[in-house]
Amino acid sequence: MEGKNEPAHRKVRVVTVDIATAAVVFALGALVVYDSYRLGSGWDENGPQAGYFPLYTGLLVCISSVVVIVGGLLKLGSDTRVFVRLDQFRQVLVILLPAAAYVLGIQLVGIYVPSAVFIWLFMQLVGKYSLLRSALVGLGVSVTAFMLFEVWFRIPLPKGPFERLIGY
Amino acid sequence: MEELNALFHGFTVALTPFNLMLMFVGIILGVIIGVLPGLGGANGVAILLPLTFAMPPASAIIMLSCIYWGALFGGAITSVLFNIPGEPWSVATTFDGYPMAQQGRAGEALTGAFTSSFIGALVAVVMFTFLAPLVADFALKFGPPEFFAVYLLTFCSFVGTGKGNPFKIIASMMLGFAMAAVGVDIVTGQLRLTFGFTELLSGFHFLVAVIGLFGIGEILLSMEEGLSFTGHGAKINPTIVLQTWAKLPRFWATSIRSCIIGCWMGIIPGGATPASFMSYGVARKVSRDGAKFGSGQLEGVVAPETAAHAAGTSALLPMITLGIPGSPTAAVLLGGLMIWGLQPGPLLFVEQKDFVWGLIASMYLGNLAGLIVVLTMVPLFAAILRVPFPIIAPVIVVICAIGAYTVKNNMLDVWMMVVFGAVGYVFKKLDYPLAPMVLALVLGDAAESAFRQAVLMSQGDLAVFWSNWLVGSMTTLALVLLFWPLISQGLARMRATRPSTA
Repeated sequence: MEGKNEPAHRKVRVVTVDIATAAVVFALGALVVYDSYRLGSGWDENGPQAGYFPLYTGLLVCISSVVVIVGGLLKLGSDTRVFVRLDQFRQVLVILLPAAAYVLGIQLVGIYVPSAVFIWLFMQLVGKYSLLRSALVGLGVSVTAFMLFEVWFRIPLPKGPFERLIGY
Repeated sequence: MEELNALFHGFTVALTPFNLMLMFVGIILGVIIGVLPGLGGANGVAILLPLTFAMPPASAIIMLSCIYWGALFGGAITSVLFNIPGEPWSVATTFDGYPMAQQGRAGEALTGAFTSSFIGALVAVVMFTFLAPLVADFALKFGPPEFFAVYLLTFCSFVGTGKGNPFKIIASMMLGFAMAAVGVDIVTGQLRLTFGFTELLSGFHFLVAVIGLFGIGEILLSMEEGLSFTGHGAKINPTIVLQTWAKLPRFWATSIRSCIIGCWMGIIPGGATPASFMSYGVARKVSRDGAKFGSGQLEGVVAPETAAHAAGTSALLPMITLGIPGSPTAAVLLGGLMIWGLQPGPLLFVEQKDFVWGLIASMYLGNLAGLIVVLTMVPLFAAILRVPFPIIAPVIVVICAIGAYTVKNNMLDVWMMVVFGAVGYVFKKLDYPLAPMVLALVLGDAAESAFRQAVLMSQGDLAVFWSNWLVGSMTTLALVLLFWPLISQGLARMRATRPSTA
């Protein structure tokens, strides 16, 4: 995540993130323009080439983001609105990082066990619920999902060693 | 009355026990989705879409559209009881709905909201019934230039009607188009924007984007605010319902106005949310009790709810007849149609009569079912809202992950969902609108191929978009809308300088 580099103020201004985001958007637009040129963005005997349409979308991305960047730079001194305070951002990371770890878990051992563990740990550590309650909710959601997808609707979700133990 | 015959045939399609059951299941799921943070209409329908793959298309669309109606109803519950708009279009409902709940009149506010939602939707469905076949018939004559002009109109109207920085709207929209271009180009077979990554061959799926942007993004925003719900209790009993119903006829003028605003704004994309605000604003100006608006006036609940529901319903008109969705949720429904092998557009009315009229019939029945469900089950839904966020948040993340995976059975999509979630969080905080991005991602390929065919017809001459009065007026209107922020600024300046110079 961009623009959390001002620990002294313990908050990030809107205008800083605005410029940083627009710069990333500009880079994406430039990437589109570059690839459109590579593919050919003009005409050949078959009509418009593959890069004809994307070229303009990329150019518009670049132009719009430059306008946003310039607008942001002009307000750099005056605009003091706060994008996020450090304590708020910590709250965001409290769910974002575990969620990323959860997705890694899905990749490694299938979806059902990480789902139960994720809900259990999040409830117990963030929500301060008792071990029993947290584990029961996690297990309940996971078992419901298993019944719903694997048994009733027969839509296969990622599975790993634990599911193999019970024959799936 | 050919439409009426077709409609009765539609009722026979929709009125099977299986479909009726799906209708109620859909409504209940929809209200739950509308009530929970992080599971809006678009995202909820996206997650539940894979469950319908096994059903016949008519049943599937009935269930999904009922989820949509349910979400529209559900937004009102959170607005009135918790002062938290469950959906953007119910923001205006909080202005008078929450004060009513504070005064202990939550039941009255909810009854008013649900009933006027129902009326708004009903009027829009009647309009739909008679207008849709005409529009479809008209659109049968469309060629590629006309279709591209309609796409152009759709996207330009985001700039023209959108609030906020027009350049952010354009940037967000064009990123959507760029993402739609990723993968194999259908015309030339070349790989576009994959940069050698084989994982990108099949491109970005818009359902994954929707689940990430709206679902995970919303969860991140809610976490940041450290939400703790404090809500008012709601009692709805038959006496309150009847008492409220007795009051509603007084607001007939407001209702009619709101229906017209809603139907009109719904057909134009971006509809329901501006429609609800506009309707509230107009009602406040025109009403005799206008000065009291904001302090808990029933009329202030009726106006935005009628318009939002009318707009939400009529947003399906361009989706079915032209293949152009009027809202992100309609876009997800459109994506569903394509997955079931149905090509939305004017031909649908010719080739898939059962499907189309079954859907229209289910709009009548679904809204009636919705009214019954929400009036009887409000306490249950309010109880769901009281489930603390530390329980809801991880469960929703799990549901989103399942939803993202089932789109294509692809693990990379689950990672993309997390990335889209972070993007959604930043974009939402910086006022980059997400709806144009999603619509561009859905319509990108169709818009591009219409554009290519059109310029191929004219050998690259852009004058093809002015080649007859129809396409010419649409293109011109689109450009006016595109430059509307500039035009309106110019007009305002002229108005401001005139008195001083005169």
